[in-house]
Amino acid sequence: MSSLTVDEAPQAASHVHYLNVKFGVKSWLFTTDHKRIALLYLASITFFFFVGGAAAVLMRLHLLTPGGLLVEPATYNKLFTVHGILMVFFFLIPAIPAVLGNFLVPMMIGARDLAFPKLNLLSWYVYILGGLFTLYAVVAGGVDTGWTFYTPYSSTYSNSHVIAAALGIFITGFSSILTGLNFIVTIHKMRAPGLTWFRLPLFIWAIYATSIIFILGTPVLAITIVLVALERLFHIGVFDPALGGDPILFQHMFWFYSHPAVYIMILPGMGVESELITCFSRKKIFGYKFVAMSSLGIALLGFLVWGHHMFVSGQSMYAGMVFSILSYLVAVPSAVKVFNWTATLYKGSISYDAPMLYALGFIGLFTMGGVTGMFLASLGVNVHVHDTYFVIAHFHYIMVGGMVMAYLGGIHFWWPKISGRMYPQGWARFAALVIFVGFNLTFFPQYILGFLGMPRRYAVYPAEFQVLNVMSSAGASILGVGYLIPLIYFIWSMRYGPVASANPWNAKGLEWQTPSPPPTENFEEIPVVTEEAYDYPVREAQVA
Amino acid sequence: MPEELAATAHQFEDLAQQHEADELGMWVFLGTEVMFFGGLFLGYTVYRHVYFGAFEAGSHLLDLLLGAVNTSVLIASSFTMALSVYAAQKGRKKTLITCLILTMILGSVFLGIKGVEYGQKFHHHLVPGYDFNPEGNFPAHMSLYFSFYFIMTGMHALHMIVGEGLLLVVLILAAKNRFTAAHHATVEVVGIYWHFVDIIWIFLFPLLYLIGGR
Amino acid sequence: MAGHIVSIKLYALIFITLLVMTGVTTAVGYVDLGRWNIIIALAIAIFKASLVILFFMHMKYAGKLPRLVFASTLLWLAILITLTMSDVLTRSWDHPPQGWQSLSTSGQR
Ligand SMILES: [Cu+2]
Repeated sequence: MSSLTVDEAPQAASHVHYLNVKFGVKSWLFTTDHKRIALLYLASITFFFFVGGAAAVLMRLHLLTPGGLLVEPATYNKLFTVHGILMVFFFLIPAIPAVLGNFLVPMMIGARDLAFPKLNLLSWYVYILGGLFTLYAVVAGGVDTGWTFYTPYSSTYSNSHVIAAALGIFITGFSSILTGLNFIVTIHKMRAPGLTWFRLPLFIWAIYATSIIFILGTPVLAITIVLVALERLFHIGVFDPALGGDPILFQHMFWFYSHPAVYIMILPGMGVESELITCFSRKKIFGYKFVAMSSLGIALLGFLVWGHHMFVSGQSMYAGMVFSILSYLVAVPSAVKVFNWTATLYKGSISYDAPMLYALGFIGLFTMGGVTGMFLASLGVNVHVHDTYFVIAHFHYIMVGGMVMAYLGGIHFWWPKISGRMYPQGWARFAALVIFVGFNLTFFPQYILGFLGMPRRYAVYPAEFQVLNVMSSAGASILGVGYLIPLIYFIWSMRYGPVASANPWNAKGLEWQTPSPPPTENFEEIPVVTEEAYDYPVREAQVA
Repeated sequence: MPEELAATAHQFEDLAQQHEADELGMWVFLGTEVMFFGGLFLGYTVYRHVYFGAFEAGSHLLDLLLGAVNTSVLIASSFTMALSVYAAQKGRKKTLITCLILTMILGSVFLGIKGVEYGQKFHHHLVPGYDFNPEGNFPAHMSLYFSFYFIMTGMHALHMIVGEGLLLVVLILAAKNRFTAAHHATVEVVGIYWHFVDIIWIFLFPLLYLIGGR
Repeated sequence: MAGHIVSIKLYALIFITLLVMTGVTTAVGYVDLGRWNIIIALAIAIFKASLVILFFMHMKYAGKLPRLVFASTLLWLAILITLTMSDVLTRSWDHPPQGWQSLSTSGQR
């Protein structure tokens, strides 16, 4: 069975939908339609992704030779800072919630829009404003503190544009808060009749858990940034040891947000994953309640472990031991998810469409990132590999191998719904393969480099590390090409792609019951839900 | 009721759903505010523990009486805010407007007294980062106490100013007859915000003014 | 939720209680009770805040959702402060390894 069905009528969708209901720049900049806002986010996030990616490419080029190929060490510091700030705060954190979440949350729960559409538009403007501040900091000469802004370097000594960049992150934080607030209220108050909590798609559970982190974590980052800026402007001593301040307090406050921020990045990816795995195995998800509850579990436990970033900071070793134990604990809900996905695959009738290839890549890469996270959670090993490329490889396996894979899988899955067009399957599968190969070639050598002791954030390295570094740089160029291919065929498909039917993957879920692209208010009539999520027909018993 | 229908935004089924969403939204927002101030409370707790003597000495340089008066003023403003909501629920426009204006005046009095206190601190060279040079002997790192004093009360004052702005909006809407006994969620939501800012002060008062006995 | 009307009488009673408690906590501020100062001051503050939340903010009459939001916020705040203090309070338990001290006192570095 081909899961790909294309409308017999080749002409463009003739119905009135959210894309053709109005035209012109104004109709986009003043829209309160969650679907259009999702597309605004999609465009801006893609922009920041490629700018941040360009910084990474420059870094990998520079590291081709032990002495450094391209830039001064001071410039190298600015490159990794830009890469970190843009990728973390302007791509990874908003990507799935603000693009796919915005587009899908109201449709998946059978609502006409989010609870606060104007706030939703405001969040995009806030995001753009924050982005402008950060870009200004980059253009004006850059920041060299790393995305972590550790004090007292950032608050006292750095001679770069710390305040502009920090302000950019502060402002963008409010867009996260507004998005999270909107989702929480929407999911609580606007579900369609019959859509009980345990009938919700797992993507909604993931977005809900993410929103909790947005709401309760982001404000702490905001006040931390305010304190750094005040310290820098007025020298008030809060983080300056010379005046009695405690720089480690900054790290506590920063990581209280920034460790859970990792779950902001990965939880929505896990939500996408659950959708993809069930759809392309044509099976109900294994252990629905466990998967749903593990999302909430991650949202809570994720806040108990931040000290594992601080094992060598001067933090009390007793606190370090507690944080180490708690860090092991947080692996449990993540593992629950991975086991449930694999159990769902078991005896499913799996089809290898492009979204599924990304989903399968996610499982493998996320698992590797998660398991090496366990290495890092143990105090002793952490001291050995602290601040080495081992850490870099670990979190890129989670964030790029996990989150970006899931994001691309999700975009490939819902693109027919978003644009009303299909993209070329062959190219999409090819791109998935290129990305998978390029990714592993880039980052697997970095595990080894880190284990051999190559520290992160250095512009030069000893000659014996060159082979592995060249491998990594070669992988990065393959990965870069891999990311460009989807960009090209998605743009191509908007004009030339075959018209998509309402439900090209024969998937379950309310969003597939409305035309592609959906009308402005999503549904002709608010649907009434009578069944559980992923109610795929059970396969006939195998002939014994 | 056609009037109700007009007041319902298109994404909601009815006015009740809209009210519930508005109210939940405000509570969630206050959750973020608690965490925002929480970062300051954390820093305060850490340094109070490490430099207790300095914090005690710094606290005793504040004007306790002025602080107590200001606390009472703010509580009174919360009271008039509660009465505003009451008036809105009963659909009494005049009472509503009077109570809103009273609330705004009391809020301004609070900010005025706060300004007087700030002036005293400048006069006594108690402003870290600008002019910290108090007379007499004082424990090391007392400046940290005043850093927190200014940041915490400053953040609170900022929220007061935002609250005054919100009250002004509500006042204008009330004057324009936008509220009825059935439809006044805006008054309630702004009220919740105003009370929250009051609560922050209820904690700032003992934490800043009442360290150790005098 | 919206709709419950609290009587003016109750509002006034709360208001007076809040004023009295402010007076009490201020008066206690003039007496040195050692560590009891902070305990009494915070207990009174929590009492006052509870009155404001329950009656002025109508939490007493609200559904369980606002309570849930409020309770989780307090839980998260407790996590932030407790785990950070677990470091600050135990940092002085650590002692630098002996080797360090002898190295620095013997003037090698
Ligand atoms: Cu972490």
